[in-house]
Amino acid sequence: MKTEILVAALAGGMSSNRVLHSSHETAPYECDGLTMFKARPKVVVLPETREEVCYVLKVCQENGVPVVARGAGTGLSGGALPHAEGVLMVMAKFNRILAVDGDARTARVEPGVRNLAISEAVSELGLYYAPDPSSQIACSIGGNIAENSGGVHCLKYGLTVHNVLSVTLALADGSIVTVGSDALDSPGYDLLAVTIGSEGLLGIVLEATVKLLPKPEEMRVVMAAFDDVTKAGDSVGRIIAEGIIPAGLEMMDGPAVAAVEDFVKAGYPLDAEAMLLCEVDGTRDEVAEELLKVERILKDSGATMLRVAKDEAERILFWKGRKSAFPAVGRISPDYYCMDGTIPRKHLSLVLTRMREMSKRYALRCANVFHAGDGNLHPLILFDANDPEELTRAEAFGAEILELCVEVGGTITGEHGVGIEKINEMCVQFSSDELTQFHELKAAFDPTGILNPGKAVPTLNRCAEFGKMHIHKGQMPHPELERF
Amino acid sequence: MSDLIDMLAARLKNKQPISVIGSNTKGFLGGALTDEPLSMREHAGIVNYEPTELVLTAKAGTALSEINTLLAKSGQMLPFEPPMFGEDSTLGGAMASGLSGPRRIHLGSARDAILGLRLINGLGQHLRFGGEVMKNVAGYDLSRLSVGAFGTLGILTEISVKVLPLPEQERTQMLTYSNARALSEMIRIGRHPYPVSAMTWVNDMLYVRLSGTGRGVDAAAKALGGETLANQKRYWNSICHHMHPSFKQDQEWLWRLSVPPTTPINSIPFEILDWAGAQRWVHAAPFDYSLFELAESLGGHATCFSSERVEGTGMQPLKPLVMQLSHRVKKALDPFGLINRGRFLEEAS
Repeated sequence: MKTEILVAALAGGMSSNRVLHSSHETAPYECDGLTMFKARPKVVVLPETREEVCYVLKVCQENGVPVVARGAGTGLSGGALPHAEGVLMVMAKFNRILAVDGDARTARVEPGVRNLAISEAVSELGLYYAPDPSSQIACSIGGNIAENSGGVHCLKYGLTVHNVLSVTLALADGSIVTVGSDALDSPGYDLLAVTIGSEGLLGIVLEATVKLLPKPEEMRVVMAAFDDVTKAGDSVGRIIAEGIIPAGLEMMDGPAVAAVEDFVKAGYPLDAEAMLLCEVDGTRDEVAEELLKVERILKDSGATMLRVAKDEAERILFWKGRKSAFPAVGRISPDYYCMDGTIPRKHLSLVLTRMREMSKRYALRCANVFHAGDGNLHPLILFDANDPEELTRAEAFGAEILELCVEVGGTITGEHGVGIEKINEMCVQFSSDELTQFHELKAAFDPTGILNPGKAVPTLNRCAEFGKMHIHKGQMPHPELERF
Repeated sequence: MSDLIDMLAARLKNKQPISVIGSNTKGFLGGALTDEPLSMREHAGIVNYEPTELVLTAKAGTALSEINTLLAKSGQMLPFEPPMFGEDSTLGGAMASGLSGPRRIHLGSARDAILGLRLINGLGQHLRFGGEVMKNVAGYDLSRLSVGAFGTLGILTEISVKVLPLPEQERTQMLTYSNARALSEMIRIGRHPYPVSAMTWVNDMLYVRLSGTGRGVDAAAKALGGETLANQKRYWNSICHHMHPSFKQDQEWLWRLSVPPTTPINSIPFEILDWAGAQRWVHAAPFDYSLFELAESLGGHATCFSSERVEGTGMQPLKPLVMQLSHRVKKALDPFGLINRGRFLEEAS
């Protein structure tokens, strides 16, 4: 469809100054948080009302124009990468907190509301919204729902899917449906569960009701250094085996610690091979008891240094280091590529050893931050994007890490989503029949396939093409497919 | 792969309708099966259990009692406290029905606990979704979609669930309160970070279960006041598994109402309040389906739990657009409508 015709059609239902199409207007939207993939959308729309969203969807469905929704654009898998032939729907203007119910402990919010803004708004009621992705200052709740975002507190408090009660969606045909309710469950199929984490392929979030939790009376964090990553990994297993589910349990390897310490000066141990942050929360009595246990376990596991943050300021400083890991690595390398695999924790030392081998083979440095409690790895591959050959190597390195995660019984993405980035690795994790099942489900929500096409679930043709280039251990994935 | 799985897959490939059950302890929920059901009970056994990974994988026909016993040996439990209405309830049945016990307000529901599964879809394909790790966002969440679907989106064959440590200590405080006072107290307690793992009200008594560390639980009990219940396990089992006498009333049908927790007391004539007000157990005259309307007007839904009901599914009618979407989802997984006919969604008009 010609741009002018599309623009004219869209402007028929919304103010034309919120229909952007000149290249200087669309350029700021050419990528999300994963900057290695870029595309200019044909048109960017900034709707302000549900009617406008539905109008845009109807126009696009009638004309077979792809629609990609975008929240704050902080995603790390290219889920909001624009479609060059399509419309980018920016939900930023839906930024109101519509209602807070302290007694029911819920907040009704528009999709463009920032994650942290919810906790800030309900703080005076003694409540907060638990999922806390590192980008929580900037990322929006609509995007969190699309990606089923996690954070450092998921082991105890769950992912987005555990903390959302209902979602109102605009479907591809412009109809509006609410899945879930203000009760704890709803009749019929759990359409809410399948909507969360659907990466903008099933519908566009117009509104959500999220659960709020009472703020813990106390939070204490322990920092522990280890001279061996295996010891650090084992201590995590021991904490859990003793019946403690810490509020946060994070690990960083030597290179990540060095980068962070240089940046934040959090007092991290520079001589350590691995460092753990373990936070316990609850009532004062619970925290005191659990803290004692955690310290004992860490000592018994061979921690070479142990420090409990002495006050709230130091606790925040310890966490600031962890939460700044990505920008800290960004300072020591022109570019970095953040991976997101999850593994059964027992394979941690095997996976770290194999990654070190890969790091040598690809001649690229790698720093590791790790949600140790739930097995979610974030290896950061350091490279220089100005060198195309190095970029290719970084991508290959990343892909090999993800395949290793699948090989040890894990997954290619723990919380960032598949997006465009991990689309090929989906062919490794799922069979053709499973991928076909995903496509069938997508068609139930979006029969003409206009919502975020090309993301999250690869076509079988794509897997066949990928398989041709990529013979793994002498075995082609999807050998039953015809090769094109 | 077992003979049963091969047989089920082969029959579906030949477009033969199939119904499956576990031990049929929840057969009174949903509509009557059109086809003579086959039991998954023989497809049983623990596939993988690693306490420090907090994950258990078992075949669908595995008895919940076997799983509970195994977990307890390692000081762990299923977080959603699955209700059992018979000795032989299975993991597959627990997930297919999607029911959760009193602990749901603290550690989440059956759907919250599932990490992955294998199912046979309506084309007879044996597929795997999710996995054995806590965080996994690859592909649509078909595992959670299947929880509470009564097997109509595919025959569940293997299930991975998150497990959690048993609390170091549990203690239940009882306070003599009217239902109205109890609900406002539940709301007040819910806004504080007490280590509460269940809150119910029955027969003019509020029960608050505290779970956590020794000192933490004792301090919270002191703050809440009331008396400590001596045989707390027996009480919570009676609520969870419907053995409490208040679940039975001669000549009346039992209904479950799932409503926003702050729904005013006088809007529903309930006997038992669970989930801190969000789940209310109600008795009504046989064939009185007016609770559907009442529940919907309160922003919730009703489910009939009476074994005497024979017609319909006893489940809340869906709103038109949700209904359409649900039928399309069913079609995506079972295009010829072969699995568990009659059990769940009312037939498409």
